[in-house]
Amino acid sequence: METHLVVFTIIGMAVVTYLPRLIPLIMLAGRKIPEPVLLWLQHVPPAVLAAMLLPTLIIQDGSISLGSDNLFLYASIPTLIAAIISKSLFIPVIFGMLLVVLGRWWLS
Amino acid sequence: MHRVGGWKIFPKMLSEPYSRIGKIFIVNRCEPGITMTDFKQYQLEQRKSPWLRGILAAMPIVLGYLPVGFAFGVLAQKAGLLTITAVLMSLVVFAGSAQLIAVGLFSDNITALAIILTTFIVNLRHLLFSAAIFPHLANWRKRELAPFAFELTDETFALHSARFSLGKVEKTEVFAINLTAHLAWISGSLLGAFAGNLVVEIEPFALDYVLPAMFIALLVMQIKNHTQVVTAIIAGMLSIVFLLLGFSQLHVIIATIIGATFGAWIEKWKRI
Repeated sequence: METHLVVFTIIGMAVVTYLPRLIPLIMLAGRKIPEPVLLWLQHVPPAVLAAMLLPTLIIQDGSISLGSDNLFLYASIPTLIAAIISKSLFIPVIFGMLLVVLGRWWLS
Repeated sequence: MHRVGGWKIFPKMLSEPYSRIGKIFIVNRCEPGITMTDFKQYQLEQRKSPWLRGILAAMPIVLGYLPVGFAFGVLAQKAGLLTITAVLMSLVVFAGSAQLIAVGLFSDNITALAIILTTFIVNLRHLLFSAAIFPHLANWRKRELAPFAFELTDETFALHSARFSLGKVEKTEVFAINLTAHLAWISGSLLGAFAGNLVVEIEPFALDYVLPAMFIALLVMQIKNHTQVVTAIIAGMLSIVFLLLGFSQLHVIIATIIGATFGAWIEKWKRI
């Protein structure tokens, strides 16, 4: 692909990425959100985070993988416990990384 | 504005667990999840400059973005993109999975329109982020919302929504987090594009587990009751089901809408 067409494509990508990020914020700005909608929006963050996270832990190469080689899945259980106990961001991240490093070293 | 015993209390203050007026710290409300240690930590953190607080808060994202950005840079180079165009993409698009998919399409000689359309579908989930974060930014001006939206990725959304629910809403901090994350993404892409075919092994350091671990921690940080636990489990399971059924890219949106509707419905039913 020629460079000017690549740049055109990138600008197009930027526009279609920015609009979904911007439109709800701008449309809702200055408005009073009805109570049922607010209640729904409060449940979006846990839902969307879980919806993005769980497939990365359970699905490998297009199918469900629960075997002992799925290190991410099994490292996630102690990481989850560390997150619940510490209520911090850094501790579970460092702890989880350590577990994966050890797990890879163990499996190799 | 409410008046309680001669005190003027603003609605914004009521919505946040703690706030600060000058050197005075105020606990606005007590929740089961919030302890005195959290409050002391909050006081300690407030002594640093907001820019430093934002940069430090963004560190897990930086750790996750550098290797992924690097991988993007390497793939862009292999797809025949110039270093400058790869960096341009990271600057103006700033969306990890969409960029990785796009470079794959560039190397397959797919038309520009098809690449743009794919990007649109992959990034449609940002509608949900933007809507869900809005209640915390209700008093922001449009000219502040516009640059904020530009750097609203999966990771910055996850971090902000957890921090906002803890009452950390200072604008300077918010923008410091976004800029730090964006800079890490651009730097990673630039290094990857320069390195080209040089293969760097990241597995021994488990850098590929930073973002999943961060999502686990951020999910835990913003779960406040049993309903939200159920909501998260339902949405997560549905997301897997829809992905396996072949709704690739749209599985997150569909699962979130069903999960959040279910959660809101239970919550409403509990309140009656």
